[in-house]
Amino acid sequence: MWDYSETVKEHFYNPRNAGAVAEANAVGDVGSISCGDALRLTLKVEPDTEVILDAGFQTFGCGSAIASSSALTEMVKGKTLDEALTITNQDIADFLGGLPPEKMHCSVMGREALQAAIANYRGEEWEDDHEEGALVCKCFAIDEVMIRDTIKANNLSSIEDVTNYTKAGGGCSSCHEGIEKILSEEMAARGETFVPGAVGKKKEGVVKLKSPKPEAAPVVAAAKGKLTTVQRIRVIEEVLEGLRPALKADGGDVELIDVDGKNIYVNLVGACSGCQMAAMTLGGVQQKLIETLGEFVKVVPHSERPVAIEGV
Amino acid sequence: MADIYLDNNATTMVDPDVVAAVMPFFSEQFGNPSSLHNFGNKVGFALKQARQSVQNLLGAEHESEIIFTSCGTESDSTAILSALKAYPERKEIITTVVEHPAILNLCDNLASEGYTVHKLKVDSKGRLDLDEYARLLSDKVAVVSVMWANNESGTLFPVEKMAEMAEAADVLFHTDAVQAVGKIPMNLQDTSIHMLSLSGHKLHAPKGVGVLYLKRGVRFRPLLRGGHQERGRRAGTENTIGIVGLGKACELALQHMEYENTTVAALRDRLQAGILAAVPHAFVTGDPSNRLPNTLNIAFEYIEGEAILLLLNKQGIAASSGSACTSGSLEPSHVMKAMGIPYTAAHGTVRFSLSRYNTAEEIERVIEAVPPIVAQLRKLSPYWGANGPIENPEQAFAPVYA
Ligand SMILES: Cc1ncc(COP(=O)(O)O)c(C=O)c1O
Repeated sequence: MWDYSETVKEHFYNPRNAGAVAEANAVGDVGSISCGDALRLTLKVEPDTEVILDAGFQTFGCGSAIASSSALTEMVKGKTLDEALTITNQDIADFLGGLPPEKMHCSVMGREALQAAIANYRGEEWEDDHEEGALVCKCFAIDEVMIRDTIKANNLSSIEDVTNYTKAGGGCSSCHEGIEKILSEEMAARGETFVPGAVGKKKEGVVKLKSPKPEAAPVVAAAKGKLTTVQRIRVIEEVLEGLRPALKADGGDVELIDVDGKNIYVNLVGACSGCQMAAMTLGGVQQKLIETLGEFVKVVPHSERPVAIEGV
Repeated sequence: MADIYLDNNATTMVDPDVVAAVMPFFSEQFGNPSSLHNFGNKVGFALKQARQSVQNLLGAEHESEIIFTSCGTESDSTAILSALKAYPERKEIITTVVEHPAILNLCDNLASEGYTVHKLKVDSKGRLDLDEYARLLSDKVAVVSVMWANNESGTLFPVEKMAEMAEAADVLFHTDAVQAVGKIPMNLQDTSIHMLSLSGHKLHAPKGVGVLYLKRGVRFRPLLRGGHQERGRRAGTENTIGIVGLGKACELALQHMEYENTTVAALRDRLQAGILAAVPHAFVTGDPSNRLPNTLNIAFEYIEGEAILLLLNKQGIAASSGSACTSGSLEPSHVMKAMGIPYTAAHGTVRFSLSRYNTAEEIERVIEAVPPIVAQLRKLSPYWGANGPIENPEQAFAPVYA
């Protein structure tokens, strides 16, 4: 079952303003019966002031569709038409204490019913600009139509692109197979072939929570010529120097203790040390070092350095 | 008042006798059935017993035809992928439009990899056209997969006949019998069914255990290779708790088979009659004359299923729906769509699925509860007027949407 807020349940079990308003002079019918949600909003508008005197709804739909309709009617009563038009679907969702991502479209339907009703009152033609597709990314509630349109409009060709433009796929990443499928189709349509990114390729700024084991090393940039030990340490120092302002901004700092082959021992100090961000910070430092050095290295907190260094 | 569980096609309560039977396998009976010592040996013996109980319920000829898996879905995938590997030159699959996603999503994925998937259509009562089926059978088909009973409507399919037709055409036949096993009698040794899937949690065993029945001699390629468990056909240390539980559950299912098909069926019929007598504009979906004894699927027109379920749930009644909203998808159930049920009814379908634990009192309570809930939601519906559906509902209310 859905994780509905108490307010959603309250508005579903005890809907406000159910039924058509008597003497309505504005009607908005929106929704899609094939999707299972449709709403008729009726308003009684005072002609001189354009104040909404009364609002009523009739809804064919699920619990959150009924709750969103009920919330909408409560929100618009007493407002002028222009005031009412500023209500966004997020406002409706907020009024209800939030909606599950799969149900955000119920709040969209509410806002559209309002627009349609006001257009009807003003004798205008209301054009629906909203096209809804199957939900692909559940973390950020992004649907297929949105992803497809964005890929088309911007000639996108990678999952990272799609995430950057739409946020889709930027969370748990379970929808990447679905996004790849859409990308493949859209790219095929413009005569290109989708090429997946390298195995283990990481997005800029996204770090692993734990340092990967050497076997799981990401595919790294081609080695940048052999560095002497001194050059190598200097490069490492430079990288740390570059990261220092960001760390300091969070009240922390990082200090290089030793370099032993692939292991780079550091001390995290201040706010970075010990907190649960430490592992992420280390991962971020490691990622940057790998990119700059062009080789796999492992950043280890000095405190975790084995006591018997030899032969470890 | 205790809650009423009428969602047994989704999953079932683990029978208390099953719970008792599995308890020792959480504690002293922890051995690995493959081990030689006493710890493992006893567990190995328990698995053998469980295998025989499954064999008995299915009417399988040999105990070695039973392969334990982790769920119905795994059994389905194993069966279909095995057939494709065993007959690599055959690139076609025949199935139906009303299968469970465990089959349909796999087949859609295979289609994207170049296989041709034929999905048999159904009529308004969910029945297949066997002439269409006969025309599709050929030596290009690697496997036919047809469910024994549909999970939403309970409609039964003539799988025994279809298996014979497949065998005559020299084609492998698999059936997803996840909803049928334990509810209707079967005797697989008298059939041409080559492979069959079942799932423990639909017949009062724990979740996470299933079976693939594999008729002796049928070509097979394992999904999981590794150790010698299940005679090398499904590697991985056995889920002893699940398997022992499933064995006990199969014994109990066999004992209750008559009860299921008389008493449970009568309760279901009473529920159907009671609701239809009190609620106008409601109808049974599927083929009422040929369905599982425990399943009743009713379409309540002009209202939406999730809303019905939420109000039922408020009164402690558990059922399920084919509406889009309950699954978070954009379309109502593919089963209802396939039967041509209009959207104004398909979104309002509610499935009541009973078990041997339901009582006549519970059924009466549900018959009392449903009509006011339907009336309450219809009052909110734009398709409903003062005394019934508005005239020409589809024209009178035609919302704008892309
Ligand atoms: C017909 C059918 N097949 C397969 C399954 C999947 O079974 P499991 O959940 O054990 O994977 C189900 C369960 O809903 C089902 O009803």
